[in-house]
Amino acid sequence: MTTLTAKDKQTVKAFWAKVSGKSEDIGAAAVARMLVVYPQTKTYFSHWQDQSPNSPAARKHGKTVMMGVGDAVTKIDDLKEGLKELSQLHAFTLRVDPANFKILSHNILVVMAVMFPTDFTPDVHVSLDKFLAALSLALAEKYR
Amino acid sequence: MVEWTDFERATIKDIFSKIEYDVVGPATLARCLVVYPWTQRYFGKFGNLYNAAGIAENAMVSKHGITILHGLDRAVKNMDDIKNTYAELSVLHSEKLHVDPDNFKLLADCLTIVVAARFGNGFTGEVQAAFQKFMAVVVSSLGKQYH
Repeated sequence: MTTLTAKDKQTVKAFWAKVSGKSEDIGAAAVARMLVVYPQTKTYFSHWQDQSPNSPAARKHGKTVMMGVGDAVTKIDDLKEGLKELSQLHAFTLRVDPANFKILSHNILVVMAVMFPTDFTPDVHVSLDKFLAALSLALAEKYR
Repeated sequence: MVEWTDFERATIKDIFSKIEYDVVGPATLARCLVVYPWTQRYFGKFGNLYNAAGIAENAMVSKHGITILHGLDRAVKNMDDIKNTYAELSVLHSEKLHVDPDNFKLLADCLTIVVAARFGNGFTGEVQAAFQKFMAVVVSSLGKQYH
């Protein structure tokens, strides 16, 4: 299990406070990039009429994902417990291969670099990367 | 052989013609040393790598970052045969430098982040895809001669 230090948690919370106002844009951009750069991820969205990266469905999904990330920030002291239900959803209903959590996390980081180039310092990058990894692990908790 | 579309070729040439090597190179290596601190194992002689500030100010890191980035020039000029272009560099990294090839991907990811920050919205999903494809070929070629 990834251990987030006190510094990591502080860094993530502070950065999130700065950027959460744009959370919908961040989510939409991350999902759009994921669909373009990793086209295999489109297989999870065959039920969308419009699978293009900037479709209303994709934007909405980005918003949903980022709301989950924001929620996880508030539960940063116990992600496993806090994300229990989301993990059940991903394990039994969505059944997203956990490898894709890494892909989406990477694209969230790229979007942070694009949108917040001065704030997304190496220190913020490492803490956010660790946080997203811990989040992904908590999401995969109920898989098997 | 890797197939490149016209868009991909143009995108790679464009990116590398626009980036400031003495900014992007140091920023990339520094970021890698902070985000993936185990990579510091290869830089024991570089002095102060204790924290992000120390790493950012470290002259040896900056110089080496520029060297690494210029190392990509050859791939940019020989996109149709990156594998052979990097055969010698691959041997060097394996036999002399003893770098775990998994580290190449880590550095490539940091370069992607730094380039993304540099270009902002110009670094579209399509540009990102082309850039990541190029770096994946570079990474693969650098690992090819390991045995």
